[in-house]
Amino acid sequence: MKKITKTPSVLKPNPTHYCPGCGHGIVHRIICEVIEELGIKEKTVGVASVGCSVIIYDYIDIDFCESAHGRALATATGIKRCRPDLIVFTYQGDGDLASIGVAETLHAANRGENLTCIFINNTCYGMTGGQMAPTTLVNQVTATTPFGRKPERGEGHPLKISEILASLDGVCFVERVSVSNPKNVLKAKQAIKQAFINQIENKGFSLVEVLSMCPTIWRKTPSQACKWIDEVVTKTYPLGRIK
Amino acid sequence: MYEVKIEKDRCKGCGLCIEFCPQKNLEFSKDLNKRGVKYAVFNKNKKCIGCKFCYLMCPDSCIEIYER
Amino acid sequence: MKDKKIFITGNEAMGLAAIKAGCKFYAGYPITPQNELTAFMARELPKAGGVFVQAESELAAINMIIGAASVGARCMTSSSSPGISLKQEGISYIAGMQLPCLIINVMRGGPGLGNIAPSQSDYFQATKGGGHGDYRLIVLAPNSVQEAYDLVILGFNLADKYRNPTMILLDAMLGQMSESVILKKPKILKVKKDWKIDIKKDRPQRIIRSFFIKEGFLEKHNLILKRKYERIKKKEQRAQDYRTQDAKILIVSFGSQSRISKEAVEILRKKGIKAGLFRPITLWPFPEDSLKRISKKVKFILVVEQNFGQMVEDVRLAIRDKKPVYFFGRAGGGIPTATQIVNFIKKLL
Repeated sequence: MKKITKTPSVLKPNPTHYCPGCGHGIVHRIICEVIEELGIKEKTVGVASVGCSVIIYDYIDIDFCESAHGRALATATGIKRCRPDLIVFTYQGDGDLASIGVAETLHAANRGENLTCIFINNTCYGMTGGQMAPTTLVNQVTATTPFGRKPERGEGHPLKISEILASLDGVCFVERVSVSNPKNVLKAKQAIKQAFINQIENKGFSLVEVLSMCPTIWRKTPSQACKWIDEVVTKTYPLGRIK
Repeated sequence: MYEVKIEKDRCKGCGLCIEFCPQKNLEFSKDLNKRGVKYAVFNKNKKCIGCKFCYLMCPDSCIEIYER
Repeated sequence: MKDKKIFITGNEAMGLAAIKAGCKFYAGYPITPQNELTAFMARELPKAGGVFVQAESELAAINMIIGAASVGARCMTSSSSPGISLKQEGISYIAGMQLPCLIINVMRGGPGLGNIAPSQSDYFQATKGGGHGDYRLIVLAPNSVQEAYDLVILGFNLADKYRNPTMILLDAMLGQMSESVILKKPKILKVKKDWKIDIKKDRPQRIIRSFFIKEGFLEKHNLILKRKYERIKKKEQRAQDYRTQDAKILIVSFGSQSRISKEAVEILRKKGIKAGLFRPITLWPFPEDSLKRISKKVKFILVVEQNFGQMVEDVRLAIRDKKPVYFFGRAGGGIPTATQIVNFIKKLL
């Protein structure tokens, strides 16, 4: 019997701590497939952020540097400027990238740092128990918006950070994808591959925003979570190439 | 002809592979695995077209697909 | 061949020393009174094959340092008091990750926005933490432009030797004044950085981390840090003393204040009062071994600082309060003068 699938070897074999149906596992695998297919796995280093994926280095077998919450892109800047031969990516959640780290994100993008930024958007702060994130949808109930997020109550609007970053000259590529069904998973892989190719070709800052399932916090089954992304989340955060 | 092999005790029972199989070849087991959950099982009697949707959607690398 | 002698500001001398020590990455943000250093690095570091980044904040700068240090580059950031406050989270991370780097604090008046006059009010911040967790910064306090130059080179060596963040602590006066510096050939410590992240071929993964969530792992990690700090305490205390052999009164000051306190020692000696000066150079590890020895025969100690009493606590701790310890200080940009010190001592006698 011939095997027609190939789980990438740079993806470690140990089971993950992620919830059943969480999108992280799919994106980790995609990143591993991409860096193997592009032949760059030996010179790729990752910057881990703070969120459910804080121990991403337990799952992907490349060198990693941790970063303080929100500061991954500053740390990645330090790495890339000293070692431009390395391929450097950050892997960040919505709080890390768009809330506490929004200044570091904006300025790394504005400087056109030659980096690949993978942004996981699950519309909440997962690791800490489901608080509001900048990306939380209007009326979405979270631990800190127990009555639903209401902009008129001073709780802010869903932040379209990808659209904002796309307006900067230093940014060469922005695409929003999801891992909510097989077709989208394939498109997500294409986008992530392009984001790494752009770095290899020194084109500047590339961002891929991945709408990802968070069944536990959303109080949904994994299948329901996928539907939620396809039917509701994409109304606020439409998929597609933004830049 | 294709066959889906699922690592039983690695499966977290998320059901994404079952949800997205266009042939409905996958279903939940009757018994529990070492994790204490119902795991995904491939029905060998049905026809797998090798679309790899289950492999694409599995967050835990439980699945490998073989060509017979 | 004689070593070259130049006339330069403290800030620029430190920039020059950093480049000569092999600094390859600098990230900083404008803040008075250290802007001359940032501007110097912007001009000179690229010429020396290094990278200069004006970061979007002091916070971003320290986090860029994490990245640069993680790939083994000698790296540096600088700021002044309020900006150093912003860096505290990053410094805690750097200590936990055991990354070497140099942090320069050109102190100004505080707390808060304060002013831009010289001050020594960040002693606590530098030596007692500032950031969270059980860690220590190696803190070096120069009192001249020459020493600022020399201690930057030493600082990079100590940082690499111990895989620890190291701070140069000075004040606005020292940063912005000009003095002669003899450019001796720097002794650069070469260490093998086999922990740095790099191209990975046929070797296990390397992770630069301060996060250890599995049961017992963080305690083990903290023990490693603790033992390191004990080694540093044993080996790296540095101080200077002046006319202390027969001193009955010991004045203790650091940094630029020590030069004013030295003048007070001269005035007192001329009046027949046997005064001496003890000047810590490492504020952490505090030079308690030599202070204990030197203070054995004195009647009392007067600690003089440009703050309202910070190093005085370490003096008392070092000698276990075996002698009376008095304090005289001025803060918020005020500088204790030699006359004021002499008058204060006269009142004590």
